[in-house]
Amino acid sequence: MMLELLGHLIKIAAVIGVMLGFVAYTVMLERWACAWMQDRIGPNRVGPFGVLQPLADGLKFIFKEDVLPHHVNKVYFCIAPVVTMIPGLIAMAVIPWGSNLPIAGHVIKGVIADLNVGILFIFAISSLGVYGIVLAGWASNSKYPFLGGIRSSAQMISYEVCLGLSVVPVFMQAGSLNLMKVVEYQAAHTWLVLCQPLSFFIFLVSAFAETNRTPFDLPEAEQELVGGYHTEYSSMKFAMFFLGEYAAMFVQSALMVTLFFGGWSLPFAPFNAPATELWVGAVQIGVFLAKVVCFLFLFIWVRWTIPRFRYDQLMALGWKIFIPLTIVNILLVAVVLALVAK
Amino acid sequence: MNVHDTLFWFFSIAMLLCGVFVIANRNPVASAMALVLMFLFMAGLFVLLEAFFIAAIQVLVYAGAVMVLFLFVIMLLDIKASERRRFAFLGVFGGIVVAGAFVWEMRIILSQPVIPLQSGNTDLSAGLENVVKPLFQHYMLPFEVTALLLLVAMVGVVLLSKKDLK
Repeated sequence: MMLELLGHLIKIAAVIGVMLGFVAYTVMLERWACAWMQDRIGPNRVGPFGVLQPLADGLKFIFKEDVLPHHVNKVYFCIAPVVTMIPGLIAMAVIPWGSNLPIAGHVIKGVIADLNVGILFIFAISSLGVYGIVLAGWASNSKYPFLGGIRSSAQMISYEVCLGLSVVPVFMQAGSLNLMKVVEYQAAHTWLVLCQPLSFFIFLVSAFAETNRTPFDLPEAEQELVGGYHTEYSSMKFAMFFLGEYAAMFVQSALMVTLFFGGWSLPFAPFNAPATELWVGAVQIGVFLAKVVCFLFLFIWVRWTIPRFRYDQLMALGWKIFIPLTIVNILLVAVVLALVAK
Repeated sequence: MNVHDTLFWFFSIAMLLCGVFVIANRNPVASAMALVLMFLFMAGLFVLLEAFFIAAIQVLVYAGAVMVLFLFVIMLLDIKASERRRFAFLGVFGGIVVAGAFVWEMRIILSQPVIPLQSGNTDLSAGLENVVKPLFQHYMLPFEVTALLLLVAMVGVVLLSKKDLK
């Protein structure tokens, strides 16, 4: 019992640690990629090739003056950044990082909570993230943050619907809401992106909208809203919004890898089945993280390539195009599955 | 007291405190946030009952969707005006009557003999099927009728919220 509890605690610490490390270096990757795309050098002063830059950034955020404007609602102003950051960390609990890690007779599962309603858990938890932004916009008690908060909450509620409906065909085909089972299904058959390309495309676009990334970053459109909902924030509170955004990106990437790109599996032996040896399990975790990094790069690549949508275009895309498309997609997949079952 | 009991008391007491906070607070945003917390603790109680599906839906629908829309509307109101609002004694009286009736009702229900859980099905993998199978096999018609009613209500709301009908 105690040993089991200890194992879980180590697993939780490892997942949070690795994830925060990835978040810090995604910011770094973003700065490098943007510099490269704009033909600049990018950060290269701290450590060899600038690899210690995230450490320096973190220290800078901590030592900056934490300004608390007098016109804000203090309690909610301070809670908002925390509420933005936490859901991303909690959502990782049900995403399978690997299959098994067989160590000295014990088999350690590659997921913290092997929940049967895994995907619903993720949607439930990440739907709470919008509170942080709404509260930040309202508690700041000034115009631009408020407009940013309003825009963001409308956008996130709309695209949550698309996100939820677009993955239904995946679970219809895999036959389980458990994310581990979905990955095992893909390892045994084929990656679901090949069977459900429309689902994947809608999920990908909605994920960009849900994380407030370009081309859907209207809540913090600099030209119109200064900084949007985090205009009044400074120091570590601002950094937490930043971390929250990148943590959400990480979760969405991990979700896309898990649902559509085979999670920890590779389409050849011995990596296409749950591991029975330690090194296979370790490689599978590496495979998962490598796939996630590809999607993180895609997020960054798109940000520095595509211009921003207009607000009415964003809403029309979500409600008038994606939602009807996802419903038709669900219907089609149901008919095809019923015909195949016959 | 084991972990299960400790968590039960923690969730229950926290839930009741949040509930009191919802009605005692004068700031509507604080009330709404207390209600969200209350939904989260209630989801915790569902998890203790191993009803993971209900817990997830509870958070997803009430905390994640309904309350966000509530908050959205509240934020556009004049908060200062409602903070100045005094206690309405008629409202307090009505509340006490309703709460008393509820307690009385609960006493009747709790004095009934306890029905034990049917079958020892604690297999976690059956969680979702237990909810879905009866819904789509035994109660198919009521389920579809409910869906139709909701659709009608939705169309009605869209129609009413249009300013000028063509």
